[in-house]
Amino acid sequence: MARITLDHIRHAYGPAPKSPKDYALREVHHEWNDGGAYALLGPSGCGKTTLLNIISGLLQPSEGRILFDGKDVTYLSTQARNIAQVFQFPVIYDTMTVYDNLAFPLRNRAVPEAEVDRRVREMLEIIDLSGWSKRKAQGLTADQKQKISLGRGLVRNDVNAILFDEPLTVIDPHMKWVLRSQLKRLHKQFGFTMVYVTHDQTEALTFADKVVVMYDGQIVQIGTPAELFERPTHTFVGYFIGSPGMNVMPARVEGSAVVVGGERIALDYSPQIGAGDRAELGIRPEFIRIGREGMPVAVNRIEDIGRRRIVRADFQGQRIAIVASEDAEIPAEPRITFDPAAINIYANSWRVGREA
Amino acid sequence: MQKTWNNKAWFLVLPVLVLVAFSAVIPLMTVVNYSVQDTFGNNEFFWAGTDWFLEILHSDRFWEALQRNLFFSFVILALQIPLGIFIALNMPKSGIGVPVCLVLMALPLLIPWNVVGTIWQVFGRVDIGLLGYTLRALGVDYNYVRDPLDAWITIIVMDVWHWTSLVVLLCYAGLVSIPDAYYQAAKIDGASRWSVFRYIQLPKMKRVLLIAVLLRFMDSFMIYTEPFVVTGGGPGNSTTFLSIDLVKMAVGQFDLGPAAAMSIIYFLIILLLSWIFYTVMTSSDANG
Amino acid sequence: MAETTKFKPAGNLSWLVSTLYILFLLLPIYWLINMSFKENAEITGAFSLWPQNPTLRNYSVIFTDPSWYNGYINSIIYVVLNTIISVLAALPAAYAFSRYRFLGDKHLFFWLLTNRMAPPAVFALPFFQLYSAFGLIDTHIAVALAHCLFNVPLAVWILEGFMSGVPKEIDETAYIDGYSFPRFFVKIFMPLIASGIGVAAFFCFMFSWVELLLARTLTTTAAKPISAIMTRTVSAAGMDWGVLAAAGVLTIVPGALVIYFVRNYIAKGFALGRV
Repeated sequence: MARITLDHIRHAYGPAPKSPKDYALREVHHEWNDGGAYALLGPSGCGKTTLLNIISGLLQPSEGRILFDGKDVTYLSTQARNIAQVFQFPVIYDTMTVYDNLAFPLRNRAVPEAEVDRRVREMLEIIDLSGWSKRKAQGLTADQKQKISLGRGLVRNDVNAILFDEPLTVIDPHMKWVLRSQLKRLHKQFGFTMVYVTHDQTEALTFADKVVVMYDGQIVQIGTPAELFERPTHTFVGYFIGSPGMNVMPARVEGSAVVVGGERIALDYSPQIGAGDRAELGIRPEFIRIGREGMPVAVNRIEDIGRRRIVRADFQGQRIAIVASEDAEIPAEPRITFDPAAINIYANSWRVGREA
Repeated sequence: MQKTWNNKAWFLVLPVLVLVAFSAVIPLMTVVNYSVQDTFGNNEFFWAGTDWFLEILHSDRFWEALQRNLFFSFVILALQIPLGIFIALNMPKSGIGVPVCLVLMALPLLIPWNVVGTIWQVFGRVDIGLLGYTLRALGVDYNYVRDPLDAWITIIVMDVWHWTSLVVLLCYAGLVSIPDAYYQAAKIDGASRWSVFRYIQLPKMKRVLLIAVLLRFMDSFMIYTEPFVVTGGGPGNSTTFLSIDLVKMAVGQFDLGPAAAMSIIYFLIILLLSWIFYTVMTSSDANG
Repeated sequence: MAETTKFKPAGNLSWLVSTLYILFLLLPIYWLINMSFKENAEITGAFSLWPQNPTLRNYSVIFTDPSWYNGYINSIIYVVLNTIISVLAALPAAYAFSRYRFLGDKHLFFWLLTNRMAPPAVFALPFFQLYSAFGLIDTHIAVALAHCLFNVPLAVWILEGFMSGVPKEIDETAYIDGYSFPRFFVKIFMPLIASGIGVAAFFCFMFSWVELLLARTLTTTAAKPISAIMTRTVSAAGMDWGVLAAAGVLTIVPGALVIYFVRNYIAKGFALGRV
């Protein structure tokens, strides 16, 4: 178990990177707490797997250092870092039995056979494969195989961290849920530092204490699910988290008010925006109230999704989404109001805090 | 894949059937026909029953040739399979080296077999060949025309030269189809180089290795052209393999009956041995 | 550093293994090329690692003597014929094996493969008699048909592997869209397995090109392959080593060209475990 420090990490796959475009990972500088459950969330190609492989030591960063508990491990091999990793597709040793698969990482580290046996049996119990221990791993189903890869990581109880690279991609939806709750339970039980890569926001939000959102080779926000929802620091986080995503519209800041099209909306603070910066207003659909008061909108379409309705509307030439409750009345000439506390102002896509 | 039952599919197979009937069934029937008859020319044939088979099976010439064949195939497999695996493991996995290696290594496979023979015939000659001349210069008494052992070594080295690449290419294809994640997982599990080979690479190469063993066995057991060109079966009969003997008997001496009987025995031996290889190599799968 | 994710071959000397092996492969070929540029007097007289008086005489002999260059033309004609016949016949059969179950399908498939195990020596004589009966001796088509013995099973096997990799839903969708079978096969299916056809054609070409026993048995003059002409010349012309070497070098060229063009497909074909 360890605290992981990422010290100005940059990585490029090609040699001699020049512009920021050449970097798969632009700059990551963060510290992750011991025993935390982190989810790395982002679209394909955002650099999350690169970052994971840098932590595990399968890749060496082009620049920067990585520290476990303050100790520099940048140039240590994967083996010396003592981490476990579970891959997207189950990696099992076909010709070995389930038991031998689990014993493999322990035997490689010359753990005494009695101890191997004890831990493997314990792990078989945990991953619910006790009855299969003598079977060849070849003929198992995808989720059983993935459980074995998981078990191979967990069987080493002294690992510094366990890394998951979209481990539930090949699993049935039902089994996904089962495996995810098993993972959460194991995390509570053992207190590993866990890093979980996914592009599925539900998976990330339910699994992790802290979600690390990545976009275009950099970390755009680290926060609890609530923080990501309420205070997205980057418009991308706004779009990516939540369904539907945050409404973002071009705006002009005038003192402690923001102007969208012809509407002027008062704020309870004055955002500081540079002269040439592109200003935007972001508000989640959940924080727009539709009724007879406020600013006029033109409703295009109403989608009923069970307990809520999503109203698609045009507001000052911008398409926006509004979440309304099932029984909310939508008048003929609807008007909307924004919850002032839920308005976020962005300059060049980055959030301008009220503190500033 | 779920396949549908459809007997009309026979129509799709028909062209192949006609072709193979023409190029395999009719000749094979001719062979069977000859094998049970005797002739004194003039297109007169007499029923000979199993006489020719008994004659072949009782001739020392046949058994000696068979032994040579078996020994040759054994040596070839023992050399080429491990060597092929070893080279494939050490081939570059990316970059410009890959096509260069593939093209250069495949080169011997595309040389007509008698030219392969010619190349080595020349290469090994002590007067004008690089190999023979160099060995002579180093004081080695080497002469494949005179010495049976030298002839064998030359033919085996030639076959290694000619066919190891097939094993290399097959194994290489098996190796590159292994996803990176396996190697990464092995690193994380702390596996040694040997464990990676034993538990990841070898199991994944199993299928292609089966094909490599079968092909190399069949083709080495059928070898004709290359040794015929290099040694002509000599010195003495020391490199006379079954096929060389067979052609000598059929085309050279026109002993149709014995040649046909020998053909059938020869074919059956190949079928039997291939079947044994196949069963042995796939049975470990079924048990697991 | 990106390569660290890739599988690293054992040790740092791995390049040496490939290099030494390739050197071993190229040395005899180099010697042949070396000889092909020498005068006979130099070949038999003085031992030298490269031609002292490089000459193109040996090549000019081959390119000016019809009995030589016709050999190449003959070889190429029957090899191309065989490749076309094998692949065309194998395509529908491979489709049948990959898509349908039918009476005796497994036996048939196995029986086809056993033909690959038949020693050509066994077939030499019966072929000769069979083709004599049809008056086909010394024609290109005779050799092309004879080589079908091992190339058709091979082509069926390779193509079946590639076709099995194409999901059946594609066929069904095409039929629903109103395609007839022949039109579907040519317009949709064949482009999907183009690399498979390439691999099959390559192997047919290769095995037909390198085979000599049957080709020599079935031809006398008009369709005699280059490799057979070579053997004849060795004995008759009193060891014209230079010309022999030049002819040998020229037989390597077509194979090398073919390999160069299909190099990316071969690995793929091998990867499917079909050869």
